[in-house]
Amino acid sequence: MTSRLVKFILVAVFGLIIIIPVTMVVLTTVKTSEDFYMNPIGIPNSFTMQNMIQLFIGNHIHLNLLNSLIVTISTVFLCLLVASFISYVIMRLKGWRSLLLFGLFILGMFLPAQVNMIPLYGVVNALGLNNSLFGLILISTTSFMSVVVFIVAGFMKTIPKSLIEASVVDGASEWQIYRKVVMPLSAPSIATAAIFVSVMVWNDLLYPLLFIVSPEKKTLPLALLDFQGEYFTNYPMIFSGVIIASIPMIIVYLFMQRYFMEGITAGSNKG
Amino acid sequence: MKVHKSLYLFLIPGFFLYFTFFIVPTLGAFFYSITDWDGVNQQFNFVGLFNYTSLLTDDTVFITSINNNLKFLLFVVFFQTLLSLIFALILMKNTKTNIFYRALFFFPTILSSVSVAFIWSFIYAPDLGLLNPLLQSIGLGMLTQSWLGNPDIAIFSIAFVQVWFHTGQVMVIFIAGLQNVPKELYEAAIVDGANKWQRFTKITWPLIAPATTIVVGYTTIQSFKAFDLIFAMTGGGPAYSTEILATFIYNSAFSNYQFGYASAASVVLMVIVAGLTLVQFRLVNRNKVEY
Repeated sequence: MTSRLVKFILVAVFGLIIIIPVTMVVLTTVKTSEDFYMNPIGIPNSFTMQNMIQLFIGNHIHLNLLNSLIVTISTVFLCLLVASFISYVIMRLKGWRSLLLFGLFILGMFLPAQVNMIPLYGVVNALGLNNSLFGLILISTTSFMSVVVFIVAGFMKTIPKSLIEASVVDGASEWQIYRKVVMPLSAPSIATAAIFVSVMVWNDLLYPLLFIVSPEKKTLPLALLDFQGEYFTNYPMIFSGVIIASIPMIIVYLFMQRYFMEGITAGSNKG
Repeated sequence: MKVHKSLYLFLIPGFFLYFTFFIVPTLGAFFYSITDWDGVNQQFNFVGLFNYTSLLTDDTVFITSINNNLKFLLFVVFFQTLLSLIFALILMKNTKTNIFYRALFFFPTILSSVSVAFIWSFIYAPDLGLLNPLLQSIGLGMLTQSWLGNPDIAIFSIAFVQVWFHTGQVMVIFIAGLQNVPKELYEAAIVDGANKWQRFTKITWPLIAPATTIVVGYTTIQSFKAFDLIFAMTGGGPAYSTEILATFIYNSAFSNYQFGYASAASVVLMVIVAGLTLVQFRLVNRNKVEY
């Protein structure tokens, strides 16, 4: 009985440390700034949508929202395409060739981005990709490719070889085997990887910070970062931004929770 | 099995991107680390190992940032591993309540570091915040602090946020590991009269050792990647007390325009991470238990 109580208390305390801040964020966004400074943590005495509206009219946050959507969707699409190609080759080859490719392409997973961001800055400038969403998409695709190869190639290894052999005997081309046999069977790992990567791209700060300068091209996290300088302690405004930056992911999370959790297991666990 | 030559065409887009945006910059870090490049001018001079010797012998901020990285890492690895294991043990059965709690604990992971940084900057704020009034109201007023302003504790305040941010995520790794332990082992142990603690130390702990190693390794790499959170919360201050290697590299390059110098720091970071990764691989292989 006592052990059940201890367990409940532990879980409840950690649960509250998550629920209380989240509730506080939501409540703060409907406060007027006068109400907030009088009563920063209490129940709102006022109800206003002005903060949210101001973000769209004053900060044009819809542009940032659109940029984040463009960058996330394009990166996830490109990343899955390119990484599934690589994974397919890794699966089709045998022995050291396969291992070498796998090792090479997952290397990026282990190195923090700060390790090569300075020369990367040089490369991006030299290619004229600075301050362009297209450049940001290519860089993010490369950066998250490794973890997708890790997840998808790991999954493809479990596809029965006999299926592939049958297609080879039937005279299918490599493209047909990839498109008609391997990809449909890999759908679960593709979905898991897609979710895993979209969370990371949606929330990424470093690459937009390095490569995007114009306010109208900024993604949400980068635009949000500027709020610190613009609004200081005006938390009703800052938290309204937090809500807008989080809602798309929260909606996806509500519907596809399972894939979020599978992503972390697949992305870390293959030992 | 025969492989058609056209198979290699599949590698072209991946190779092209990986080469341009990963391999070239990673090797480039070594190259720039022996120059005095300022990031703006096209010309630069080769300075040999000068950047490395100044980093390691003269630069107190660099030494501080390694030190802070270590404090941050130890705090996060210890508490995140411990908490996630405890929660995984409590929530491992797939009941409705447990699935709800797992989803709740996992929730912070889907937020952006910037959002998390703002939420906790508010909670920690000395005058407006949530934590200090809370401590006062429960009679612990003497513990109130400037949580991010006091150089002695700021790094730990951020480390706590990192734990809050990612415990639910690594808990999922532990749950997967725990659910893979064959139930018959526990049944046999119960028949043999083993108590709860014995079952944990003799069955669970050894069998989830691979998961533990993965969690520790993943958390370690994550601590080196905590750039976003620290950058948005304190930017490395006050008085460099929350500067870690990643923010040091960023600041040397983009605030001080010492790109060559920052590249040398990148190489040091690369060596540290590579070393830790190798150690982790060896541990994973050694901890594989057959059952």
